[in-house]
Amino acid sequence: MKITVTINGQKYQRDVQESQTLLGFLRADVGLTGTKGGCGAGECGACTVIMNGEAVNSCLVLAVEADGATLQTIEGETVKGKLSPVQDAFARHHAVQCGFCTPGMIMTVKDLLARNPKPSRDEVIHGIEGNFCRCTGYQQIIEAVLDATGQLKESDKEGLKYV
Amino acid sequence: MYETIPADQLNTVGKKSGRVDAYEKVTGHAPYVSDMIMQGMLYAAVKQSPHARARIVKIDTKKAKALPGVRAVVTGEELQYRLGLYVVDKDILAKTEVRHFGEAVAAVAADSPLIAQKAIKLIEVEYEVLEPVLHPLKALEKDAPLVHPALGDYSYMEAAFTPVPGTNIANHTKIRKGDVEKAFAQAEWIIERQYTNPSVQHVPMETHVAIVRWQPNDEVTIWSSAQSPYTLRNLFCTAMKLPHRNVRVIVPYVGGGFGGKAGIGIEPLVAVLSRLAGGRPVKLMATREQEFSLLPCRSQLTYRIKTGIAADGKIVGQHMTMYWDAGAYADYAVNVTRASAYSAAGPYEIPNAWVDAYTIYTNKPFGTAYRGFGHVEFHWGIERHMDLVAKVIGMDPVEFRRKNTLKPGSHTLTGELIRTSTGSIDKCLDAACKSINYGKLTKAEKDRQKRTGMKIGKGVACFHKAPAMPPFTATAVILKMNEDGTVTANLTLTDYGQGSYTAIAQIIAERLGFPLERVKVAFDCDTDRDPYDWQTVASKGLILSGNAAILAAEDLLACAYDTASQALRCNKIDLAHDADKIYIKHHPESAVTFRQMAVGYAFPNGNGIGGPIIGVGRYIAQGLSHLDKATGQGNPALDWTYGAHGMIIEVNEKTGEYNILKVGSAFDVGKVVNPDSVRGQAIGGMMQGLGTAVCEGYIYDKEGHLLNPSFTDNKIPTAVDMPLEIECMVVETPQIDGPYGARGVGEHPMIGVAAALGNALQQSTGAEITHMPMRYEDVWRAIRHIEPVDNWITKSPFGSCKSSPQMQGHHPELG
Repeated sequence: MKITVTINGQKYQRDVQESQTLLGFLRADVGLTGTKGGCGAGECGACTVIMNGEAVNSCLVLAVEADGATLQTIEGETVKGKLSPVQDAFARHHAVQCGFCTPGMIMTVKDLLARNPKPSRDEVIHGIEGNFCRCTGYQQIIEAVLDATGQLKESDKEGLKYV
Repeated sequence: MYETIPADQLNTVGKKSGRVDAYEKVTGHAPYVSDMIMQGMLYAAVKQSPHARARIVKIDTKKAKALPGVRAVVTGEELQYRLGLYVVDKDILAKTEVRHFGEAVAAVAADSPLIAQKAIKLIEVEYEVLEPVLHPLKALEKDAPLVHPALGDYSYMEAAFTPVPGTNIANHTKIRKGDVEKAFAQAEWIIERQYTNPSVQHVPMETHVAIVRWQPNDEVTIWSSAQSPYTLRNLFCTAMKLPHRNVRVIVPYVGGGFGGKAGIGIEPLVAVLSRLAGGRPVKLMATREQEFSLLPCRSQLTYRIKTGIAADGKIVGQHMTMYWDAGAYADYAVNVTRASAYSAAGPYEIPNAWVDAYTIYTNKPFGTAYRGFGHVEFHWGIERHMDLVAKVIGMDPVEFRRKNTLKPGSHTLTGELIRTSTGSIDKCLDAACKSINYGKLTKAEKDRQKRTGMKIGKGVACFHKAPAMPPFTATAVILKMNEDGTVTANLTLTDYGQGSYTAIAQIIAERLGFPLERVKVAFDCDTDRDPYDWQTVASKGLILSGNAAILAAEDLLACAYDTASQALRCNKIDLAHDADKIYIKHHPESAVTFRQMAVGYAFPNGNGIGGPIIGVGRYIAQGLSHLDKATGQGNPALDWTYGAHGMIIEVNEKTGEYNILKVGSAFDVGKVVNPDSVRGQAIGGMMQGLGTAVCEGYIYDKEGHLLNPSFTDNKIPTAVDMPLEIECMVVETPQIDGPYGARGVGEHPMIGVAAALGNALQQSTGAEITHMPMRYEDVWRAIRHIEPVDNWITKSPFGSCKSSPQMQGHHPELG
């Protein structure tokens, strides 16, 4: 089936199999591999993209369901090579280790901030609870989001303590 | 190396800096093997056993082969290769008998993943189901079926391991120190307990993935998510009987490993499919479900500890028995057993000790390396034991620990002398206690108790770990100067998230005196181009590769100084350098820039000297030895990293529910190279430890089917599971042979977390939990002194999870 999708402002037209997921479509048919697959069952959030203004697990959406949709993926987050404030904060705060959950995590944060531009720590925690990160333990991710939204308290900046 | 340089004279080491791989990762540009597509690539799929133990009567692949688009189908009978890291016990595909649920019995390569999946369904396997051996203690019984009847015929690494043919024992490691029986005879108390934990899954976010191209001329290229490119190549060549020069392993970015990708995995299977398909590249990416059953997990442990204590609270003797459940294959489990045996007592001095550690084959998915390499599991036992012993002898658990910690002058279980430079467990313990206001409740905490009706408890746990590695473990770094005076480092220590490359870049920048931006550590490890590293495991990377990086920087400078001394016509000894140039000390205006010399220096008339500037750093662990097989005495430890966790929790005594209010952790890291990386490892490891403490674990039914191979039924922590407050602390006791005094801390934060939670639960409620994880229902039972249940081999997938045979037959004898 032929579908037309706008991804990061660019139009793509592809013939897809009915069983193809949006995740598979983005990675295999369009060639945008920034979006990762971690479980194929909507549990881990690695494949999060923004579809018509809402974060979705792209492994649970069929490509044909995205016909006519407007999508944002991690590849659209950087403008002319310049990191977005969220990306920049992730980089500065070591909110990235293996990096495999990072694209999905950043998409989830983008979605959270679109709805709630100044989330509290608790709101950030609940905002990202659908995204697994096995490396960081989440703390530096939360600090990055608070910093990106200008809310990181001095007490949060303490970091490592030498005793 | 350079441990004596004062912190204020360091420019890069110890300073905050971003990760060298951050840009690629936050933009989604970093290429992982899962992202790669090759021209003409085929997709593989695997037929897995639905039984824990069964004889393969017949495999019919005719229908699968006839499916259009299928390019290769393979079964075990066609493959005459056996694999094994330490005990060579595993066929690429099961031959005659399957040994665990999920084991691979056949595989296909096809034009698309969909066709490959269809072909797998068309393969018909006829099994004769046999009774599996599921419980490691049952497997030790005389009439137990043998998982590997041919164990006596397998080759194995004889210097380190002792399989027992005719049994299910893949390895037996012994430690003998002093006279335990004599010590027990003199003890005031003798206390014996048993502690258990189930198998757990590593859960790297990127599942195992490999692409292999086996050309008809027997030249093989492997792109893999492996942690250890050279060990993968070595094991592959040994199994396939290929010269090492024929095989090239390339590892780009890797989406997490945690030990699960340390050895060899799916690569040989993918390779034989590629060969069968005429040399077309074949890709296999494990599904999440396969990650739980086809690929290895962390071994289950049953740990029995008997301790003799003198009237003053000093431990006088300890008898320790570890039953490690290897699952169907020995893989790393034999070495987990060995490493755990020599560390078995935790960071305490035990003058008289006796350890028997067994690796036991069962019909379950096999165990492998997992962050902490056995230490998470046995510290659960030893650190719960310290609190339970303290309770019996009427001493505060922290005071009891302080009395027994390893101190300068102490000897470890293997007879190694502890020195001041080894590090300080006492300082870590003190810091953890202070962080949680151990031993009392603050006013705010008392108010909180009143408000919530929950009871606040505080507990601590200590730990130690040394890298588990051969005593002669080696690595190398090659450092090349680029035309513009920047440098690029090549090494095959892999960075799958730990931050090693950032630390290595900082160390190189420090030694060269260059700004960090001028140093690149190249991703994409390639065994054809990059120098040897044994494996990326064991928290040995920072010390070994860090030292190799220093030596490479020295060598590069020596190379540059050679050229400069000719260019400037002076003695090398009269030269010095800054970030840009080498100059004559007494005539600083006489200088030559690194950029001028980078690829060879040219005099104004065009004459050239020098050639490209490179540095080679080779490093091998020094002064270590094999352990004596009869006594376990020897020197196995590159370095010991000590640490302690303090934990504050609140418990609802009616329901067993609890919240974690604070975790305060301290580690003696020798020297912090990158503060944010250390903190990232500390918090990430702590949370991974908390996952196994709170909820993770493999559940089987009585036939050995794994019941929870998914995130739906095997939860890992999300952001909502974080403690309310986390404090990360470091002690810096320089490691004499560490780079700038640093020692490894990658695995350590995970160790001891579960015990700290168990101890806090005991302190607040009296609950004596001896098995992890501690789910709310387990806490509820323990508070009520209801006999714990064996949750991990259940009668049926539904219902109570109560089962037999039970471990409760062994009742602790309280002296």
